[in-house]
Amino acid sequence: MEYNFIFRSVLRFQDEILSGLLLTLQLSVSAMLIGLLIGIAGAVLSGVPQPWLRHPVRAYVELIRNTPLLVQLFIVFFGLPTLGIRLNANEAALVALSINLGAYSTEIIRAGIESLPRSQIEAGRALGLTALQTFRYIVLYQAVKAIYPALASQFVLLMLATSIVSAIGATELFHQAAFIESRTYRSFEVYTLITLSYLLLTVGFRGLFSLVYWAVFVRRPSR
Amino acid sequence: MIREFALADFGYLLLATRWTILLALTAMLGGGFLGLVVAICRVLPIRPLNWLTVGYINLIQGTPLLGQLFVFFFGLPLFGLSVDAWTAAALAMSIYASAFFGEIWRGSLQSVPLRQWEAGASLGLTYRQRLAYVIIPQAVRISIPPTVGFIVQLVKNTSLAALIGFIELTRASQIMAAATFAPLQVYLAAAGIYFVICFGLSHVSQLLERRLHVAR
Repeated sequence: MEYNFIFRSVLRFQDEILSGLLLTLQLSVSAMLIGLLIGIAGAVLSGVPQPWLRHPVRAYVELIRNTPLLVQLFIVFFGLPTLGIRLNANEAALVALSINLGAYSTEIIRAGIESLPRSQIEAGRALGLTALQTFRYIVLYQAVKAIYPALASQFVLLMLATSIVSAIGATELFHQAAFIESRTYRSFEVYTLITLSYLLLTVGFRGLFSLVYWAVFVRRPSR
Repeated sequence: MIREFALADFGYLLLATRWTILLALTAMLGGGFLGLVVAICRVLPIRPLNWLTVGYINLIQGTPLLGQLFVFFFGLPLFGLSVDAWTAAALAMSIYASAFFGEIWRGSLQSVPLRQWEAGASLGLTYRQRLAYVIIPQAVRISIPPTVGFIVQLVKNTSLAALIGFIELTRASQIMAAATFAPLQVYLAAAGIYFVICFGLSHVSQLLERRLHVAR
């Protein structure tokens, strides 16, 4: 093999890499927050007795979870303009990522609420707590603790999935890889470096999430 | 010339779907085989091997599949292998799948209670008999829902192979969208095809779970 690996020519583009990294972080964090809100609303709506509220939420969850993010992204970015809704690449990316994560977190949160034994609520009420107090001190804490690991790993998966939005030209980290490649022709070096830099993000997010878990659920274990 | 998105074009998408299915099957088989190796390396009582396997799993699970696809697509030719999009996609997705299958199966194996081993031993079963008749049947039942769940992910993730130029369902829809200039209809049709495959798989999983539960 007569190939010289030249990583230095790639590292020259640190400004591009940094700006891509920033957008990846922005996209991930905003999609996480919006997706979480959608998830909470979706989980609450899945539990209501009215079928006309429940069924659309179920349909949303199943439709999103059984189709690829890339196709959802194409529908938002290339399809919606047919209906007169025009978004630029970064906006379309955020919309698609949030809708995608919303479906997954709906399912995770719903499972968390359902996994809580009914007797916990009854015990709270029997102790003289009001419905709100029971929710606040008994249901919420335990439900959040139960779903936290699943939600955290879904968040990390979402962060990795932001690389997909480079396909529509959103200028995040992976898109910058294509840009640098076009300037240096160092395809292998570029993609290896960029792919590995996601590993740093993964480690960072995982660390942050376990720190929060420790601070909230371990440091003061009983409530 | 721009033409309408017609039934024949939907047929074209359906034809491209076989490559989606073929790629998913390849990744399933390749990833399944490698995943078994990963699971075994993870539970064998050899420390350095465990660490190495954990590193491998974290590397694969901590980087985006899209990046892995590109690294394989551009990286393998450097080692003198002439690699087309199909080979790169099949290899990258098998390796991607192996990390996830390995962890799922290790978890299933280890979630069989220790008492089951002890019970087997006290009944006079040999190590291999315990593994074959007591542990593995239970571990398989535990592993079915997460395994099928991941296969659904795998089918959806084959769409990323479109981005290195492998013509499967998503790439075919891109071509079709460009030809008919009806992106909304084309991509909705593609989403529909993915939905049928993935939703069907999830239902098979539920059926299988129920059947295996009865057989208990």
